[in-house]
Amino acid sequence: MRSCATRGNGPAPGGPRMSEDIHVKKVLTLGTALAGLAFSVVGAAAADIQPAVLYDLGGRFDKSFNEGAYNGAEKFKEDTGTEYRDFEIQNDSQREQALRNFAKRGMNPVIAIGFSQANAVEKVAKEFPDTQFAIVDMVVDLPNVRSILFKEHEGSYIVGVAAAMASETGKVGFVGGMDIPLISKFACGYKQGVMATDEDAEIFENMTGTTGAAWNDPVKGGELAKSQFDRGADVIYHAAGGTGIGVLQAAADAGKLGIGVDSNQNGLHPGSVLTSMLKRVDKAVYKAFEDAQNDSWSSGIEVLGLKEGGVDWAVDDNNAELITDEMKASVDDAKAKIISGEIEVHDYMSDQSCPF
Amino acid sequence: MYEMYYTLILILDSTVRLSTPLLLACLAGLYSERAGVVDIGLEGKMLGAAFGAGAVGYLTADAWAGLLAGIAVSVGLGLIHGFASITNRGNQIVSGVAINFLAMGLTALLGQTWFRQGGKTPALPEGGRFRDITFPFAEELRDVPVIGPLYSELLSGHNILVYLAFLAVPLTWWVLFRTRFGLRLRAVGENPAAVDTAGISVTWLRYRAVIACGVLCGFAGSYLSIAQSSGFIKDMTAGKGFIALAALIFAKWKPANAMFACLLFGFLDAVAIRLQGQSIPGIGEIPVQFFQALPYILTVILLAGFIGRAIPPKAAGIPYLKERS
Repeated sequence: MRSCATRGNGPAPGGPRMSEDIHVKKVLTLGTALAGLAFSVVGAAAADIQPAVLYDLGGRFDKSFNEGAYNGAEKFKEDTGTEYRDFEIQNDSQREQALRNFAKRGMNPVIAIGFSQANAVEKVAKEFPDTQFAIVDMVVDLPNVRSILFKEHEGSYIVGVAAAMASETGKVGFVGGMDIPLISKFACGYKQGVMATDEDAEIFENMTGTTGAAWNDPVKGGELAKSQFDRGADVIYHAAGGTGIGVLQAAADAGKLGIGVDSNQNGLHPGSVLTSMLKRVDKAVYKAFEDAQNDSWSSGIEVLGLKEGGVDWAVDDNNAELITDEMKASVDDAKAKIISGEIEVHDYMSDQSCPF
Repeated sequence: MYEMYYTLILILDSTVRLSTPLLLACLAGLYSERAGVVDIGLEGKMLGAAFGAGAVGYLTADAWAGLLAGIAVSVGLGLIHGFASITNRGNQIVSGVAINFLAMGLTALLGQTWFRQGGKTPALPEGGRFRDITFPFAEELRDVPVIGPLYSELLSGHNILVYLAFLAVPLTWWVLFRTRFGLRLRAVGENPAAVDTAGISVTWLRYRAVIACGVLCGFAGSYLSIAQSSGFIKDMTAGKGFIALAALIFAKWKPANAMFACLLFGFLDAVAIRLQGQSIPGIGEIPVQFFQALPYILTVILLAGFIGRAIPPKAAGIPYLKERS
């Protein structure tokens, strides 16, 4: 109760006074009502961290990386009994508000999912230097922010190996979402993997668009895939969010193969999705919570690649028949070589260019 | 040479698929605006219909039931627009914008509540989707030079909604310009007072126009979710309703022109998809952004210099007030 009041009366960075007063009143009434309950909860909890997750547009159940974050947080809750808070934004302007709200209520650590949160995290992290923040997919260079990056190029490399081996025509495709360096990173790793397996392979590469709408246009994704099939491709890898649903659908319709991304999409069209490039956001979120609980939180850049289990390919019942032993051996071989450093996969974002 | 011809056929094939939803929505807007009801809510109605069709198509595994549901949702939204702007004489733009927001929010909310997949419907089961129709002998004729690809790629192999959309063009022309209903509908968009004087209900005529608009938007939305793709995705219309609206102005509110305008936009989209990342002899690789901006550049240039003034129906946007008291 006391902590509530002090927090409410303290200076509100950036917030308008009026709404703050109302807020205080609300908090006070709510606080009185819940005081007893709150104390019992705090007493029962194993540790005293109050983590929070802020999802990107797309929401908690997007069958993609937001859902990965949710799964990680849920698993942590299950394992440790630590409650967390989360929030799904409806538009861009809510990012900052939500982060500030979390921080103001004493949530710690606060994890923001998605590269679009970078500006908001940077601003709010400066206002609350004692709160630990984490951001997935982007770098925010502040002493209290952990920037979690994935080596998508490594994951893309190994699905590229699988694609080249599955292709009968020697032509494979890539459909990206928005034309940004992050997606070129997927494309470049994929190309390298394909070329390493089959030097003569031809690769078609398309981006859906240059605005946010490019993540949610399955119709255009389907058309891009059809156009690549018409040119002879028979395996297409997508890194395009909702747009990719159209790519996988077009592949299933045409009797060709698609490759999913971020989460395991093999089950969308069993038998038509060769594999999926997994990005283990769940692991990253779990680890962040864990570090905070064990007092081993570290800020700065944390990069998760094949070695750390941050990226991988998906093999399950849905695609078991598509993956030959030979393919599996080659992919495992490539994985081992990347982990040992024998193969170095080019990172597009290191020099903004792709040599392949 | 033949390679180029074949590529052209494939681009045209893609054009047909891409322009179908635009064409249906454009014709929908045509009915409404010709009757004097400006409809900026095409986008919202399409989105609502796409969701209705996707949801029912998934639950019943019946594409026709999905289509009916899509039409029902779209007509429902159209009637809200009608109630606000015809019966209560509200501002048509405001009402249309409200429809867009309503559809955007409701589809995401209901989709999330019912299916728990982030506002998406699950992929449709077999039968929940309009499949492509292959014309007789399409496979046999495929290898015949010149007409083979034309027949088996371009004409055959679309789903039924595509054919219906193109049939709707002459039908719309006939209804609007050769029937009594069409004459009255156009009159009510030009001079409602005259229609009223002749003893015909302006309100009922405008409501019928709004319903016709709803039905066609229902087709357009259903096409997106249960024919062209499999299932609804949040905000899947991606601005197509607004492009249809631009096409309508471009076409000067005429059905045949509307078809050509939509085909042009579809063609540009198809070319953009096809030529993206390929180098063109003599020019080199053209950036993606150029192709994406092309439809808009072209609209501005053509509207400014070649088409001339696009004059809307005279009473468009003005609520009809029977009597001043």
